[in-house]
Amino acid sequence: MAASLLEMRGITKTFPGVKALEDVNLQVKEGEIHALMGENGAGKSTLMKVLSGVYPYGTYTGDILFQGKVCEFRDIKQSEQLGIVIIHQELALISELSIAENIFLGNEQASRGIVDWQQTRVKARELLQKVGLQESPDTLISQIGVGKQQLVEIAKALSKKVKLLILDEPTAALNEEDSDNLLKLLLEFKKEGISSILISHKLNEVSRVADSITILRDGKTIETLETKTGEVTEERIIKGMVGRDMTQRYPQRFPVIGETIFEVKDWNVYHPVIPERKVIDEVSLHIRRGEIVGIAGLMGAGRTELAMSIFGRSYGKRISGQMFKHGKEIRITDIPEAIEQGIAYVTEDRKHYGLNLMDDIKRNISLAALGKLSKRSVVNENEEIKVAEEFRRKLNIKTPSILQKAVNLSGGNQQKVVLSKWIFAEPDVLILDEPTRGIDVGAKYEIYTIIHQLAAEGKGILLISSELPELLGMCDRIYVMSEGRITGEVERAEATQERLMKDMTKTRG
Amino acid sequence: METIQKMWKGNIRQYGMIITLVLIMLLFQVLTDGLLLKPLNITNLILQNSYILVLAIGMLLVIITGHIDLSVGSVAAFVGAISAILMVKMQVHPVVAVIISLLIGALVGAWQGFWVAYVKIPSFIVTLAGMLLFRGLTMIVLDGQSIAPFPESFQLISSGFVPDLFGGSGLHLLTIVIGVLLSAILVWTEWSRRQTQRSYQFDVEPTGFFIAKLIGMVAVVNLFTFVLATYEGIPNILILLFALIVLYSFVMKKTVMGRHIYALGGNEKAASLSGVRTKQKTFWVFVNMGVLSALAGLIFAARLNAATPKAGVNFELDAIAACFIGGASATGGIGTVIGAMIGGLVMGVMNNGMSLIGLGIDWQQGIKGLVLLLAVAFDIYNKNKAS
Repeated sequence: MAASLLEMRGITKTFPGVKALEDVNLQVKEGEIHALMGENGAGKSTLMKVLSGVYPYGTYTGDILFQGKVCEFRDIKQSEQLGIVIIHQELALISELSIAENIFLGNEQASRGIVDWQQTRVKARELLQKVGLQESPDTLISQIGVGKQQLVEIAKALSKKVKLLILDEPTAALNEEDSDNLLKLLLEFKKEGISSILISHKLNEVSRVADSITILRDGKTIETLETKTGEVTEERIIKGMVGRDMTQRYPQRFPVIGETIFEVKDWNVYHPVIPERKVIDEVSLHIRRGEIVGIAGLMGAGRTELAMSIFGRSYGKRISGQMFKHGKEIRITDIPEAIEQGIAYVTEDRKHYGLNLMDDIKRNISLAALGKLSKRSVVNENEEIKVAEEFRRKLNIKTPSILQKAVNLSGGNQQKVVLSKWIFAEPDVLILDEPTRGIDVGAKYEIYTIIHQLAAEGKGILLISSELPELLGMCDRIYVMSEGRITGEVERAEATQERLMKDMTKTRG
Repeated sequence: METIQKMWKGNIRQYGMIITLVLIMLLFQVLTDGLLLKPLNITNLILQNSYILVLAIGMLLVIITGHIDLSVGSVAAFVGAISAILMVKMQVHPVVAVIISLLIGALVGAWQGFWVAYVKIPSFIVTLAGMLLFRGLTMIVLDGQSIAPFPESFQLISSGFVPDLFGGSGLHLLTIVIGVLLSAILVWTEWSRRQTQRSYQFDVEPTGFFIAKLIGMVAVVNLFTFVLATYEGIPNILILLFALIVLYSFVMKKTVMGRHIYALGGNEKAASLSGVRTKQKTFWVFVNMGVLSALAGLIFAARLNAATPKAGVNFELDAIAACFIGGASATGGIGTVIGAMIGGLVMGVMNNGMSLIGLGIDWQQGIKGLVLLLAVAFDIYNKNKAS
C-alpha cells in the first residue's frame, strides 16, 4: 500500500451558528486521484479551504499532515510552498493579460524586481506543452475558451511545483471533449507522481478516473471507497451522498403530448460583433403541448445563442426566419414582447443573468410578471408575499424566509427561485438552458419533477443540456446541433448516447 | 420583545441613520447653546438645504441604477441662468419661465441619458463632460456677469411662507392645523396598512409597540410644525420638498417602474432577461435627474435672487454624499429616498452647526469628508456582519 501523502484528521470547523465540518477525516495516498463527493453544502469546499490555508490554522480544530509532517498553514502562500495548489470553480485568471503573464502571476520570473520576459515565455511554453495546450504564451486569456483557460490554470499550478492538485468541479463548464482531455491529463500527472483531489458532481467521470472516493454528507465523512475492489457503483455513491437509495435518477412520467404549440422556421442569426459570422443557420424546430424537447450539442454549437435569439432577440444581429405559436405567425422584437407571447427563458448562468442576487427572494420571483401583481402600475406587496410563499412551498425552496437575499441561497435553491419567476409568468413555452448545472443530485431530482409537472400542465419545454444522460432521461424528442445547424432529430425510443454524439460531431463536410 | 429585536436587526440601517442624525443634532444643540433648534434656525436649515435635497432625490435614482451624475451643479447653474434671462431680460411671466426651464432640464437629461443608456458611455465620463459643458454654457449665456433681481413672485419659491388663513398673531395657526392633519393621515395610513397585513394573516408588530411608534411619530410631526409656527410658519419650499419626497418614495417602493429601476441596478442583465426595458429606464432616470437639477437651479436662483456663473459649484458632491451617507450602494441596486434625505440632513445640520459655532470652511470640509467615509464604512461593516 502506497504511503499517504496527505492526512486530515478530525477536522472540525464552525461558522457562527453552523457546524460546517464535524470530525472529518481524509486520507490521500501518493500518486492517486482521490474524488471528493457530496451534495452542495456538504462541506467539500470548506474542507479544501481548510487544507489550502484560506481558513488559517487556529480557526478550525484537527490536524493536517502533509508528507508525514504536521502543517499549520496561515495563508495560501504557505500551502502552495509545500506544493498544495487549489484550482477554484470560478477561474482566477485575468482576461486582459496573456497566458504567460497569468501563469506566473504572483510568481513572476524576475531578478531584482525586473521581469525577465524571455524566461517567462520559454518556461510558459514548456508548461503549455506539458498540459497539451497549443497556444502562444502571448495569447490573451480573453481570446481562448473556458476549456483552454482551465488548462492554463493547471499550467499555473504546475509552475508552482505542485504535489497535490485540488480541482473544484473542473469540468462543470466544459463540454465532453474538453472534459475528456482534462481527465486524461490527470491520469498523466498520476504517472508522474502528482496526486489530485477531484471535487465533482459527475458520477461517470469520477468512477472513470478516481482511485478512491471520499463521500461527505452534512459536514461529516460518510465513507471512503476504493475503486479497485469493485465496490463502487453509481448507485452506491448516490446513496452515500443523499443518505437514501435513489433507485431512479429521473422521476417517472407518462407524457401526454398534444398539438404543436410553438414552431420556428428557417431561423438565421448572425454574430453580434463579427457581422459575417453566421451563428445559427437555417434552424427549424417545433414543440408540442406537453412535450419535453431536448437540444444536444457541444460547447459552441449555438444552443444558447438559438434560445436567446428566439427569446426576444436577446442575442445576435440580422435575425431572420418565422415564428409560429398555435399555428399563427408571431413577431417578437424584444424581451417584454416575448414574455407577453408566453415564452420564458431560464438562463444557464443564474448568478449573472438569472437573479438579482442583492435583492430578496420574493422580488426575484415577481420581477418578470409584476404586471400580474399590480393595478395601474402600483404593486400589491401583500399579494406578492403570498405568491412568494406559495412558490416556496410548492417548489420546496429551502430558506428561513422569502425576505432572504438570493445571494445567500445554495445553487439548487437559487435555481428554484429562477424557475418560480418563470412559472409565475405563466408561459406556454419554457426554454431551460442547463437547468441543473452545478446542482447536487437531490435538488436535481426535484428540478426534474418540476419540469415534469410543467409538461403535464400542457406547456412545451425546450431543454438544453450538456449532460447526455439527462437528455436521454428527460426528453421525448431530442434535436442535435452542431456548428449552428440542426444535425439530427431523434425520438426517445431511438436515442442513445452514441447516436447523439455522432450527430453532435457532424461538421460541414 | 423577540419581534422587536428581530425588527431592530432587519432595519438597523434605517434606524442607524436616524440615530446618527439625532446624535449629530443633539451634539450641535449642546455646542451652540441651543441655537441649532431655534425656530429661526430650523427654518433656515430647510431653506439652506432644499436644493441639495431636491438634487439628492434625483441622484438617488441615478445611483440606484448604478450610475453617477457629476453635472447636476453645472446644469442647475445653467438653468438658473436661462431663467434669469427669460424673466429679467425678456420679461417672461415667471410661470412660463419656470416651465421652460424645467423643459430645458429635461432636454439636458435626455442628452446625457442618450449617451449613457444607448451609446453605453460610462456615466462618469458623460456627466464629467456635461459638468464642463454646462458650466461653460452658463458663463457664455451670462457673459460672465450676474443677472438680478428676479421678479418678487418668483423669489417666493424660496423665501415665501404659506400664509396664515386664520390670521393668528404670534403663532401661525394654519401650520398647527397642517401638523394635526398630517398626524391624522399618518395614523390612518399606518393603521390601514396594519389591517391589510392582518387580513393576509401576516405577522404584525405587537400592539403596544405599534401604538408607541405612532405616538412617537405624531409627537415629532407636531413638535416640528409647532416650532415652525412660532416663527413664520411653513416655508413654501417645504411643501414642495414634502410632495417630492412622498411622490418619489411611492414610485420607488410601490410601482412597477420603481421595481424595475432597482432590478436594473442590482443586475442589469438579469433584469433585461426578465423583461425590463433597461435602456429606456436608464434614459428616463437621467431625464428625471435633468428636471430635478433644473428645479434645484431655480430654487437656488430664487433664494440668491440672482443668477451667477458660479452657482451650483460642488452641489453634485453634496448630493452624492447625501445618497451614500443615506445608505445607497455605490454599485447600484440599493438605496431609499428617505435615506438620501436623512443623509442630506446630516450634511446640512453639520454645515449649519459648524458655521454657528464659528468653525472655518477649511475645518468644515475636512470634517464632512471624514463623516462621509465613516458613514459608508459603518454601513459596509454592518453588511459584512449580516452576511
